[in-house]
Amino acid sequence: MMKIMLDDLDRRILRTLQSDPAQSIPDLGDYLGVSTSRLTRRLDKLRDSGVLRGQQAVINWRAMGYEVEVSLRVTLDKTQSRAFDDFIEAARDIPEVIEIQTFLGRVDVRLSVIARDMAHYQQIYRGGILTLPHIADIEALMHVARIKADEGLPL
Amino acid sequence: MSDLDEIDHKLLRALAGDATLSAGALGRQLGLSQPATWRRIKRLQDSGIIAGRRLDLDREKLGFGVTVFLGVKLATKGRVSLDDFERAVSAIPEVQTVEHVLGMYDYRLRVTARDIADFERVLRRRVMTLPGVGDVEANVLLSEERRPGPLG
Repeated sequence: MMKIMLDDLDRRILRTLQSDPAQSIPDLGDYLGVSTSRLTRRLDKLRDSGVLRGQQAVINWRAMGYEVEVSLRVTLDKTQSRAFDDFIEAARDIPEVIEIQTFLGRVDVRLSVIARDMAHYQQIYRGGILTLPHIADIEALMHVARIKADEGLPL
Repeated sequence: MSDLDEIDHKLLRALAGDATLSAGALGRQLGLSQPATWRRIKRLQDSGIIAGRRLDLDREKLGFGVTVFLGVKLATKGRVSLDDFERAVSAIPEVQTVEHVLGMYDYRLRVTARDIADFERVLRRRVMTLPGVGDVEANVLLSEERRPGPLG
């Protein structure tokens, strides 16, 4: 992977945008002390080089009535050559799975699962998760609180 | 708030893919007027369902080649130790997320680093020295995928 060389202004732009992606270009320019046209050129350059891929809205599932969030750490039966592919493909069909991550370590795959309440979770777990292929073991971590969630990079 | 209809779900799906889409463009996709679309987005924001925006950066191109998830167990428990731990861990710039969980670990941390050597430095100098830290398990992230979730 080609690393991109950033100068101080690029870094300041990304840092400021990271903390508030919704701010307008004129506001961002004012804050950083650069003209709108210079800022626009820099943003175009960051986009063209693939560093800045876009912005996504963050959905608060709790505000939508999903009170339960569980992190399922799954170990797969690796004697099956298609274990990862089959498992992930099937996990994508469960709408309440909001995140799928694969790892190198003791855990193979982690799923983030949301549910309206414990009864609903039970239903998803039994009817959906446990029917996924090639599971050797599952451990659950129940989400209590998010202490830090900015996901910013230390630029 | 559960009185969302199918159009709200479509709006959420579209904005979760690209938060910069204008109300006009979204309205055209969904067959709504610009003001009607804008009112719906505003309602989703005001009710907290749209919690904000995330900047999508290519972390590898920026030189952050390694992401590690740490499961941390506290050696000593009690309210003071939780507060101390949370304050100290949140202040580490390489720690991107901190989640308090129930199960075999007390906290789940997402740590970003330039490479494995840099990760080792963060782990030894910053994480292992946190107040009250006990067992730590590390898993290196290979891939991740965000799914649209239960939206219609």
